[in-house]
Order: sequence, then C-alpha cells, then structure tokens
Amino acid sequence: MVQLTVNGKAQNIDIDPDTPVLWAVREQLGLNGTKFGCGASLCGACTVHIDGEPVRSCVTPLSEAEGKEVTTIEGIAAPDGTLHAVQEAWIKHQVPQCGYCQSGQIMSAVALLKENPDPSDEDIDTAMAGNVCRCGMYTRIKAAIKTAAQDA
Amino acid sequence: MVTRAQKKTEKKAAKKEKRAGESRARKWTRRSFIGAGAVAGLAASGALVVGIAIRPGDRTDDLAKFVTDGDEQLVTTWVKIAPDNTVTAIIPHGEMGQGIHTALSAMLAEEMEADWDAMEIMEAPAEKAFANFELGREFLIGGANIPNALFDTVNGLMLTAAKSMDLQITGGSTSVRFTGVGAMMTAGAAARELLLEAASKQWDVPLSELRAEKSYIYHGDKKAPFAEFAVTAAGLKPNLRPKLKKRSEYKLLGQSLPRVDIPSKVNGTAKFGIDAQVEGMKYGTVMAAPVHGQSVAKLNASDAKSMPGVIGVYNMGDYVAVVADGYWQAKQALDYVEVEWTKAETDNANEDTIFAQYANAIETGKKKVLHKAGNVTKGFEGAASVYEAEYTVPYLAHACMEPMNATAWVRDGKCDLWTGTQNPLGTRMVTAKTLDMDPENVTLHTAFMGGGFGRRSTPDYTNQAVQVAAKAGVPVKLIWSREETTQQDHYRPSVLGRFKAGLDAEGMPTSWESTFVHKMDPPEASAVFYDIPNVKAQYAESPTHVRLGPWRSVDHTQHGYFTESFIDELAVNAKMDGYEFRRKLLKNKPRHLKVLETAAKMADWGKTLPAGQAQGISITESFMTIVAEVVTVDMSQGEPRVLHVACAADAGMAVNPDGFKAQMESGIIYGLTAALYGEITIADGAVEQSNFHDYPMVRMDTAPEIDVEIISSDARIGGAGEPGTPPIAPAVANAVFKATGKRIRQLPLSRHDFGAAS
Repeated sequence: MVQLTVNGKAQNIDIDPDTPVLWAVREQLGLNGTKFGCGASLCGACTVHIDGEPVRSCVTPLSEAEGKEVTTIEGIAAPDGTLHAVQEAWIKHQVPQCGYCQSGQIMSAVALLKENPDPSDEDIDTAMAGNVCRCGMYTRIKAAIKTAAQDA
Repeated sequence: MVTRAQKKTEKKAAKKEKRAGESRARKWTRRSFIGAGAVAGLAASGALVVGIAIRPGDRTDDLAKFVTDGDEQLVTTWVKIAPDNTVTAIIPHGEMGQGIHTALSAMLAEEMEADWDAMEIMEAPAEKAFANFELGREFLIGGANIPNALFDTVNGLMLTAAKSMDLQITGGSTSVRFTGVGAMMTAGAAARELLLEAASKQWDVPLSELRAEKSYIYHGDKKAPFAEFAVTAAGLKPNLRPKLKKRSEYKLLGQSLPRVDIPSKVNGTAKFGIDAQVEGMKYGTVMAAPVHGQSVAKLNASDAKSMPGVIGVYNMGDYVAVVADGYWQAKQALDYVEVEWTKAETDNANEDTIFAQYANAIETGKKKVLHKAGNVTKGFEGAASVYEAEYTVPYLAHACMEPMNATAWVRDGKCDLWTGTQNPLGTRMVTAKTLDMDPENVTLHTAFMGGGFGRRSTPDYTNQAVQVAAKAGVPVKLIWSREETTQQDHYRPSVLGRFKAGLDAEGMPTSWESTFVHKMDPPEASAVFYDIPNVKAQYAESPTHVRLGPWRSVDHTQHGYFTESFIDELAVNAKMDGYEFRRKLLKNKPRHLKVLETAAKMADWGKTLPAGQAQGISITESFMTIVAEVVTVDMSQGEPRVLHVACAADAGMAVNPDGFKAQMESGIIYGLTAALYGEITIADGAVEQSNFHDYPMVRMDTAPEIDVEIISSDARIGGAGEPGTPPIAPAVANAVFKATGKRIRQLPLSRHDFGAAS
C-alpha cells in the first residue's frame, strides 16, 4: 500500500511499489491524461510533477512518490475549472495537433515557468528538449510559453 | 464535441441491440430521409445517377440507426438536424491532429448556411455507406484527368471498387480535397436547397424570396429554424447537383477557425485509443518475431506465468502475448518469457544484401514505365553531355507518439473494438475475418489517434488485440511497447534510385531518365514538372521480407529528395544558381514559379550569411499542393543545424489558414527528422532500432524557426497534411552542399562525416 496525494486528494494505492507512477495514475486512479510514450524517459509524454518537480512518470517507481504530492495534467487548472495560463496559451496558439504529447509538454512548461517566469529561447530549448512532439509543433510551443510567461 | 459523439456511439451500440428485439413500430421509413439511396452517392461527389443505378436498394434505413437518436432526422449521410436545430456533421475521417473534424464541418456549414457556433461533429461509424470512394478513385486511377462526360461513369465504377476494397481511409491528403469538396460541400448545398424548398411549400411563398442563414430560413422579417422544415424536406427529391458558392462568397472558409478538438487536448480529457475503459478489462502486451516472417519455435513461459497478476501467456504463432492485471505486470512478465523463433531465409538479410538486391533489380529486372514524354533514347543521343547520379534513402518508422494499441472484447459471437485508426472499415473487415464473424457483429469505437502518419492505416495491431482478447476470454487492452512499435512497423521503403540527364551545350536538361525500386502511391510522385522534353521514369519491383506501408506523403518522400537533389546537381554542373536554374525550367508553370519566387523572397535568397551557413532551395508538388522551401543551414559546429525554413505553398485555397500553416510546420519537422537522423536498418533480418535514443527526433533545441506563406490561386483545393514533407530533405541537402561542397546522395545526414567544427 503506497500513500500519496494526487491532485490534492489523498490516495492509498494497493499495488507493487515498483510499479511506475504512470501506470498507477492511469490504471489505478483512472487519470488517463498522463500518456505512455517510450517507457524509458526518452520522450516526456508521461511528465507529471512530484512535489512540484517535473519527473518522467514512466520510470519513477510509485515508492518514490510515497508521502508526496503528485500533480498530473488533470490537476493543473484551478479547482473551479479556470485553466492555467499555460493551457490558455496552448489554446491561443492552437498548439496541439494529435495532442498525445501535450499533457507532458504542458507539465514541463508549467514547471519551467514556476522556476523561471521569464525564460529566454535558450532556457526554453533546455527545459523542453526532453519532450518530443512528433507533429513538430515546437515553434508554437515556444510562442505559447512566452505568451503564458507574459500572462501569468 | 467528440466526447459527446463517442458517448453517443456507445449509447447507440446499446440501443442497437435493444432495437433488434423491438417491434417494427419504430422502423425508419424511406420518407424519413432525404435522398435515401441517392444520398450515399451524393456523399462522394456529383456522381449520383450512376451511383443509384449500380447500387439498387435503399440502405439509408440501415444507416440511420447507427447515427440518429430519437427524433433526429438523417438529412443525408453527411448531415443531420436535431429538433433543437442542432446541425451535426458526420465526418468519415479520423482525427489525428490534422484538424479534419474542424475543416470538414466548416465546409458543410459554409454551403448549408448552418450556424457554425452551434454545430456538432460526429465521426462516422465504420459502415460501408460511409466508404470514402473518392480516395479509392484517386489511388486506383491516379488522379488522371477524366473528361467531364465520363465522370459519372467513373465515379459509379469507383464506388463499387472502393466499397469492395473497404475504404474509409484517412490518408493521401484526401479529406479536404475529396471528401470535403466532393461530399461535404455538395451535401451541405443540397441540404440547404431542400430546406429552402420545404420552407417555400410550408409558407407558400416563392423560393426566390427565401434565404438561409445560420441555421434559419428567412422570409423578410419572418424566420424559423431549419428543424421546422426537416420533415417536409425529407419528402422532397434532392437536387443531385446543387449550386455551390463561389470562393468569393465564402464566409467561414478561408477563416482561421479554432480547432474543435484542441480544448480537450490541453486538459487531459481527450480520449485516445489507449484511454479506452471497459468494465473488467485486463492488459496485454506482445513480442512479435523480430524477423518478419518468423514464428514461435519454442516457448518457455513458466517463469512468466508465475509472476504476480499474470493471467495468461499465449503462443500466437508469430508473436507471444501476455495478459495481466496491469500493463506493467504484463510487460515485466513478457521480459521473462523465453522464445526461440523459427529459422528463416531472411535471417541473414542486412543493409548490404538489401541494396545489392535493389541494384540487381534495377540492372537486370523487369522495368515498368510510369511516366513517358518525348523520346529519351534520341534525347541522350543528341545531348551535348550526360550527367548521372545515384541516391538512396533508408527505411523509416512512423514513430507515432501513441504506441500501437487497441482494446477488444470478444464474446457471444460479437466483438467490440476500441482504437484509433485511419482505416475503420478495413479494420472492421479484418476483425470479422479473423473471428470468422459477420462484419455486422463487429462494432468499432474510434478514438483520437496519437499520431497516424500512415501507420494507423494497417490494422495489424488491432488484429492482435482481437486475437488475444478472444483467447483470454476477457476484454483486453493490448499495448505495444515503444520497442515493439519501432520494430514492428510497416516502413517507408528503403529505395535506390538512379538518375540520368541529357544536357544541351548550356547544361540545361533535355532528357531525364529515372530508374528506381518500389512504387506505392501516388504514381505521379516520380513525375517531373520541369520543362524537359524527353522523360522516362521507370521502376522495378524488388520486395524484401521487410513490411512496407504508407508514410507521410508516401512515394513523394523519396522522389522529392531524388528529383530536387538531382536538379540541384544539374544546376551546379551548369554553373548556375539553383533558384535561377529552376526558374528557367518553370517558365511555363506560373503556379510553380510563383511558389518558388515567394519562398525565395521570404528567405531573401542569395543574401550574405555568416561563415559556415548556407541556403538551400527545393520545390515539389504533391497531392495537388505546390510547396517550395528555402532552408538556412549552419555547418559551423560540424554537423548540420537547420536555423530557418521559409515555406511557400499553393493549395488552391487554404480552408483553415492557421490549420494549413500548422500542417506545413508539422510536415517540415516530420521530414526534417527523417533528413537529419531517420534510419531504420536491418541486421540479421531484424530491425536494429528500438526507441527514441537510437531513432532520434528533432526536438525543441534542434527545431528551426518556420515561416509559412499561403498563396491562393484558382486551382482545385489541394492537400495539407503531407505536402510540407517532401521538399525539406532536398532543401537541407542542397544547403549542406553549398556550405561544405559535399553532395549528400544518401540519407540521413547523420551518416556523413563533415569533419570538425570550423
């Protein structure tokens, strides 16, 4: 039994603690916004926050989240449903195409802006290089991060 | 919108079963529907008369139960009107990020005068009447120019052909080009005319005094919603060739409408195939034979079977499957399965044997001529000089972000299948065949695709889910690992192409001969639009054991690179600037010329650049869209880094300009990944690459800036999803040549050593 908080809600998950956080949130909690891409921390589609830090949930055992606060894409908007500035910017710039990588992209972008509210192009390149977008929407992601930085 | 659609589909499946046991009191009558059998023909274009003649019977009754709810009227197979006046567009194509649900529903709304803001969208169920026969026609006859007088006949024949081929494919950049123009706009206009005619009867006023706007009919100050006229309209005979608007009259088309699927894609609620939820569902994963064609010789699963949560380990012939309580458990157990595979002749195949086979096919094999003009033999005889070059491209995987997956539930002679697919009807047919069921007993629940690019038109992954679920006796969500997704793809072929040009005294080509292996689609990919009098393009078949499939822009990927590299070589040989050389050869092609000149102007072609940087240019035409790209490459760090891409495109008209630009950006990055790094290699018969570390992608820190300019012409509407891809590889290779003097005749660029940083 692993105890942790997910999107502000206390959870007890009865599963092998070696199971990656990705599969625990998807299969045990039914939070399907976090995506499986590579299983090897190579593409960023599974990015969630643990205590505010972006991690690749496909290689992070549930035991590492014990007693911690996990935030997934479903927990980014305000409790009243108001979208996060990054989500708003993503809509404004019409960023997603297939959209599969976007939960991970948004989680990385939110973490970046928390750390660095006014990132340069180089800062964005560094922070976002771990997230693959096969539809190639990088110019839009970059523009949206800058918009979100202004609006935040 | 789609969530509602999906809910509806599920609700409908339940209703469908319930309805089967009900009396015929609720039976939809022929008069309930506009157009009836004719409408299915209307679905694809103006080919209605023949469509009816060759397809007797009225199947609209059968169709209605799949798409209508309660009192909704099915107006045509492509649009329905609910009592609350909601107009729903029924879209026969899957959404994989190309924005097709938005573009097609806007095309329908435009002609119908429907209120776009109050419109709903539903993905068409996998039913035959929604078959996309326009796509079949394009692929079977290769978009040849058909005299108008024959159009009905051709369409009629193609309707039959396409239906027998079970086409409902999203591919070939056909959605807007054919379904949109041929079906959605025609259906919208026909529906508008019917509603106006119905209003004229109900209100007893002349038709000429009525107008439609935002889902209402107006007569002077009097107005009433479309829904009030739906029943009357249903009794009228539709005009099979309704009057379509002129482009100058468009209100919605040509505007950048926000995509309807985007909000769900920023908050985690978008439902992809992998997100399917079925009561009692278990999880499966597979390991297929590493060499295509092998099968299981020996299986030892005792360790795997004893692992926690494991429900079963199955020998499936050419793959092994594990089903467990969760994906992670299934994957862990699969790693403990010991398999010996049968020996195959192809176990020794590698890059050298494959390319030697291609060379042999080109030199000694039977060739088929695809394009011919003038007389190349005479052309070469009379040439002042001859220039030759050989190019190769490797196999490429699609690398969709969402690994292949499907969820299947097989019970009581029925099958439900949840997946993202570019080919719903084909998937349904293959499923039925696998389970030896009537297709009517297979219900397909389609979802968003986390990337398609051609990969999700082959239903091998869904078929595994179906087979494993049947074996396990429970609903199974089958998910491929990334490694499996990379190694069990249907690849863009590796290709060898040899090019020969006969040149005049100035070095301008007068003859062009290309000989290459493989031909998929479309056939015009190897055609040359330059002004060259003698042309011959021919190919030899040279299949290997490696499975092939359509890959974004299909044959245009290799031929764009070949043709535009060779043209660049000829320009260098003629001591001419590559841009001016192309202009000279395009002087009779105003559309091409304008696209080329626009891209050159955007990038300030020929401008002075810092040391180590150079520009490269290319122009291709695919799926009726002409695209030119000028790239700026920096070689100062010893390996190519693309800084900027200027892209000019003429697709006749961009239905959703921002969506069109996004497609160009996407096509460019997709093609750039292939040009820079993309390479699937074969060793001992098997694919060597496995995940993103050895099949790398362009990422944020390696992505260029991209500018896109749309050129509107009066040409027919061309494709958007694919045409951005073909020009990028040659443009980059041409820029690399200019910067380094090294001509790249083999992709990807990462194969080549450019020396140390300068």
